[in-house]
Amino acid sequence: MFDMGHGIYLNVNLKASPSEQLRKSRGQRGHHHMKHPFKHLLWLAPIMLLAGCEAVVLRPSGDIAARQANLLVQSTLLMLIIIIPVMALTVWFAWRYRATNKQASYDPDWDHSTKLELVIWAIPLLIIVCLGALTWVGTHLLDPYRPLDRISAEKPIEDEQPLQVQVVAMDWKWLFIYPEQGIASVNELAVPVDRPVEFTLTSTSVMNAFYIPAMAGMIYAMPGMQTTLNGVFNHPGEYQGLASHYSGHGFSGMRFKAHALDGAGFDTWVAEAADSGEALDRARYLELEKPSENVAPQAFAQVDPQLFSRVVNMCVEEGRMCMAEMMAYDAQGGLGLPGIANVAALTDPGRGTPRPILGLPPFQVTGICTVEELNEMLASADQAERPARRDLTPMRGQGLEAPQGILGRNLIPNRLTQSTPPSGADQNL
Amino acid sequence: MAVPSDIQTTFLLGRLDWNAIPQDPIVWATGVVVAIGGAGLLWMLHKYRLWSYLWHEWFTTVDHKKIGIMYVVLALVMFVRGFADAIMMRLQQAIAFGGSEGYLNSHHYDQIFSAHGVIMIFFVAMPFVTGLMNYVVPLQIGARDVSFPFLNNLSFWMTVGGAVLVMMSLFVGEFAQTGWLAFPPLSGIGYSPYVGVDYYIWGLQVAGVGTTLSGINLLVTIIKMRAPGMTMMRMPIFTWTSLCTNILIVASFPVLTATLVLLTLDRYVGTNFFTNDLGGNAMMYVNLIWIWGHPEVYILILPLFGVYSEVVATFTGKRLFGYTSMVYATVCITILSYLVWLHHFFTMGSGASVNSFFGITTMIISVPTGAKIFNWLFTMYRSRIRFELPMMWTIAFMLTFVIGGMTGVLLAVPPADFVLHNSLFLVAHFHNVIIGGVLFGLFAAVYYWWPKAFGFRLDPWWGKVSFWFWVVGFWTAFAPLYILGLMGVTRRVRVFDDPSLQIWFVIAAFGAVLIAIGIAAMFIQFGVSIARRDQLRDETGDPWDGRTLEWATSSPPPAYNFAFTPVSHGLDTWWDMKRYGQTRPRAAYVPIHMPRNTGTGVIIAGLSTICGFALVWYIWWLAALAFAGIVVASILHTFNYARDYHIPAEEVRATEDARDRQLASAGV
Amino acid sequence: MSTATQTAPGDFWEVEPHHHHEGASTSIGFWIYLMSDCLMFAVLFAVFGVLGGSYAAGPGPKDLFDLELVALNTAFLLLSSITYGFAMLAMVKENTRGTLMWLGITLVFGLLFLAVEIYEFQHLIHLGAGPQRSAFLSAFFALVGTHGLHVAFGCLWLVTLMIQIRQRGLIPANRRRLACLSMFWHFLDVIWIGVFTFVYLLGMI
Repeated sequence: MFDMGHGIYLNVNLKASPSEQLRKSRGQRGHHHMKHPFKHLLWLAPIMLLAGCEAVVLRPSGDIAARQANLLVQSTLLMLIIIIPVMALTVWFAWRYRATNKQASYDPDWDHSTKLELVIWAIPLLIIVCLGALTWVGTHLLDPYRPLDRISAEKPIEDEQPLQVQVVAMDWKWLFIYPEQGIASVNELAVPVDRPVEFTLTSTSVMNAFYIPAMAGMIYAMPGMQTTLNGVFNHPGEYQGLASHYSGHGFSGMRFKAHALDGAGFDTWVAEAADSGEALDRARYLELEKPSENVAPQAFAQVDPQLFSRVVNMCVEEGRMCMAEMMAYDAQGGLGLPGIANVAALTDPGRGTPRPILGLPPFQVTGICTVEELNEMLASADQAERPARRDLTPMRGQGLEAPQGILGRNLIPNRLTQSTPPSGADQNL
Repeated sequence: MAVPSDIQTTFLLGRLDWNAIPQDPIVWATGVVVAIGGAGLLWMLHKYRLWSYLWHEWFTTVDHKKIGIMYVVLALVMFVRGFADAIMMRLQQAIAFGGSEGYLNSHHYDQIFSAHGVIMIFFVAMPFVTGLMNYVVPLQIGARDVSFPFLNNLSFWMTVGGAVLVMMSLFVGEFAQTGWLAFPPLSGIGYSPYVGVDYYIWGLQVAGVGTTLSGINLLVTIIKMRAPGMTMMRMPIFTWTSLCTNILIVASFPVLTATLVLLTLDRYVGTNFFTNDLGGNAMMYVNLIWIWGHPEVYILILPLFGVYSEVVATFTGKRLFGYTSMVYATVCITILSYLVWLHHFFTMGSGASVNSFFGITTMIISVPTGAKIFNWLFTMYRSRIRFELPMMWTIAFMLTFVIGGMTGVLLAVPPADFVLHNSLFLVAHFHNVIIGGVLFGLFAAVYYWWPKAFGFRLDPWWGKVSFWFWVVGFWTAFAPLYILGLMGVTRRVRVFDDPSLQIWFVIAAFGAVLIAIGIAAMFIQFGVSIARRDQLRDETGDPWDGRTLEWATSSPPPAYNFAFTPVSHGLDTWWDMKRYGQTRPRAAYVPIHMPRNTGTGVIIAGLSTICGFALVWYIWWLAALAFAGIVVASILHTFNYARDYHIPAEEVRATEDARDRQLASAGV
Repeated sequence: MSTATQTAPGDFWEVEPHHHHEGASTSIGFWIYLMSDCLMFAVLFAVFGVLGGSYAAGPGPKDLFDLELVALNTAFLLLSSITYGFAMLAMVKENTRGTLMWLGITLVFGLLFLAVEIYEFQHLIHLGAGPQRSAFLSAFFALVGTHGLHVAFGCLWLVTLMIQIRQRGLIPANRRRLACLSMFWHFLDVIWIGVFTFVYLLGMI
């Protein structure tokens, strides 16, 4: 069995072209690792036995994923403080107090020690307090909704806006819309290196999750809802992107290549997409939306600028009321009894719409806004409030808001630092 | 009443037709094997005229001991099915590389991983744990049965009914292709229009009724039926953990029931609870199902924490260290288990404050859990450890579970979860705690209490073979998954394109083979032990020098458990009895009041299963008939007032005298 | 633990026959069942809380509910609880006839409640505001309908129990069942007060 495995492994090494680029890019940035205060600890962690394999989660390319990996390693080390002694003691006690060892002391009625009890509750608690603090700070700093505060440990962020990419999880492929460039692609993502990327995600049919392990953590893409993920690539290369939440039969083939390109490369890629000629309007979208598996990459030269909004609002089909409109009516108490009749048969009965055995045929609510009103609504929904960017020292929580009590009172009234924080930064935690 | 629908139905058979027979050679082969095996079994039962014996002594029994054993048998049978699914997944993932599609298409593979999860949790771990509690708890608290013996029988058969529905889906129709929690919209009528999700729903609902009732039953038993003198803080730890588990069952299974009812309404009536459109909210399902789902995790593990405590105290020949803190740790875990559900979906995008709240509450659970580990550790300190099989499993658990606990806390750190969620690292984590915690504990419990249940020990040699194959196999199978998770590989994937991953899947598959050998060795061990039962006989009723009351009676115990009610004066009542040289009284036997057997449980559960099947296939007349049957059978049962009888004093005397002779021959 | 003494702290076996009062656990068992049932309602209330404002551009509570009808319905159910209380009082006085009479009156109120509820549902569905129209209506029908189903089963149980009391009188087993059904009936009342407040009254504000 092992021999067979070994043989396969050798074969793999011989033809391991797909991952060659990854390995190269890792070679390039080997020295960066050593500079980082925590990076050298990586070599201490036992999981680093994996160094030989492509543990992309531990050695990613993007700053967010790298910081997530750091947190992962730090947490592991913190817990090993207690795990290793427990395992060692288990083995030692099991050996020492085996029944055949008559030398060891035997105290059958010893069952309590207040001091010991204090220790065994306090030590895990202390570790959890540390880990909890790390978690609170880490979770806020690495929140996927939070705009990036730096490009990487070495590169502060300049005043550039993140690249917007709108992502739609479909059955079973990914659609990427570049609103600034006016292009779109299926199952292929390209972004410039060292430029922050803001993904806004939704799904057409069922729940899914979007994941580029080398770039940043994953986030769900859900129909009728919009999520956000901020990330950046620090090293050029070709990376795996995938669907990480099971979504039906074609799920396994829902993978794509994520290209991190230099500025010129990205421009070329955009230009190539723009040359492809095909436009993605609502009709084409509805066609694209139909289930298909293992879809080859494809590009669209033009995209309906409202398309993503309409996807999120589930009103790509003609005549269907947009969610934003529906929610506006609902906020005013609905449309009353006349609203009951404001329904119609589905414009686009497709997958996902059979009639329930004991119910009426599925229907849709008819939109009643004028085109102008709708445009205004969809446009305003697009402009989410963006928090101000802050100057951050990594992992110290600088710049985060202090935890608030339930009455809104600041729980930490005194500033912990004597020095005045630099302009643009809030107090330290 | 059915309006015309896209789904073609007939009055007589609903949507059941020849297309329901799966067109899959693997299923066909399995069907043939099962049919031959089943026919053989039926023939044996017929040949040896066992039907009447089984019906009167087992199926209709209200004896908690027999019901407990039947639960465990059900769990073992379902375990074989669940493990077969696991081996098929491992094989598929080991070969589906380099353009190969493997040997399973997505329709089949997606059913397998869904069925594997559902079966292992609901029909292996749950019945196993319930069976153990059923068998042991009344004995440990010095009771003659549970509070509601008939309900106990009904609960068991409802669990069987659920299992039957899930097994039926293999040969008639299909099972869900949604994952074990059936998240909508994928599990809605739109994206899963055929019967798979319906089998899932009705299988779980039928079994869920049984689980809830059994939870109520055991809860009341522990509250009301304890021996005189056994205050709450004198209860054996296993009884304590069972109490907390049953509180969790009663306080969480209704959530599952309600959630599945809403999903059912979405699928059958077209309501909009979890739909995309018309105001539905699919994420509400995710929240609700995990509000049940996380306590469920502790429902499974808590009783096994109790088992480890009993085993450690017994085989170290020492009082359990820190009984009080053990109890408080258990209660802490019970309460905290309700405050952590969101950690199953940090990636939903709830915002940093919500995520860190749930992350930190999750970590806090590791404090009482850690305290437990230390308590076992310090019980071993200054003890005399006998390395019998239960103790070996306990040591293996302690070494394995801390790793699983560590990776669990790791996953509770939201930023770490963002890169590991839905990955094979997660899969490795929960197998690490469920196999390393729950299953190892169940094995320890089987070895520990088997002599009590059957009067002879299990063969240690085959037990050790099984142990080593299991432990080594477990790490061989799941260590690669941790590594793959760190390589960014996610779960439920059927085919891969990165060839560098394959070696790890091959190792994992090899580990699964080792586990298969471990399982085979365990079944061989059962056979060998039954054959050698005379050499392995336990005459004393106390083969391990135990501490709690179940060891105070014979092995196996008489139907009435104890001729006289034991009285507790502290922890470890049996240990105290031995220490003070107290023997059981031998005079003045009185008739013992016992519940009478009844077939109503089998009938009601059978009708429920038929009702579930009919609802899966839209056979309305049959569903209505079966439902009416359930109501009528239940009402008729309440008209039966003669539900008990007395074991005559002479019979008690004869039984107890035989026990005296047995003890004398054993030299006690 | 103190060091072991060699004298036993007392007898370890109860030689006197220990008579377990039959059915002693029934009321606590039934109470625990009710709490689990309560949790199911809690889920339905929570679902209504989440979806109660999702009208899908259809009708809201103000357009659909008739408070006077619901007030009448509430009165039926509350009165049935009172009459059930009288049945229990009659039972304590060993008055079989009185018990049966009050149970009969309770049943009538229960059935009246169900009749009004069925009328209300039928009216809504006739309008086109059935459970499919919006998430709000789905949640409404599920919550109120589940309560209604409980009342229906309570009525069935009531009839069964009346037959059993006629057959065997107020024997301990029947008294126990009456007490359980009493808890069940009052429990449904409490749930209904929640429904009336959160679904109907708050919806009409």
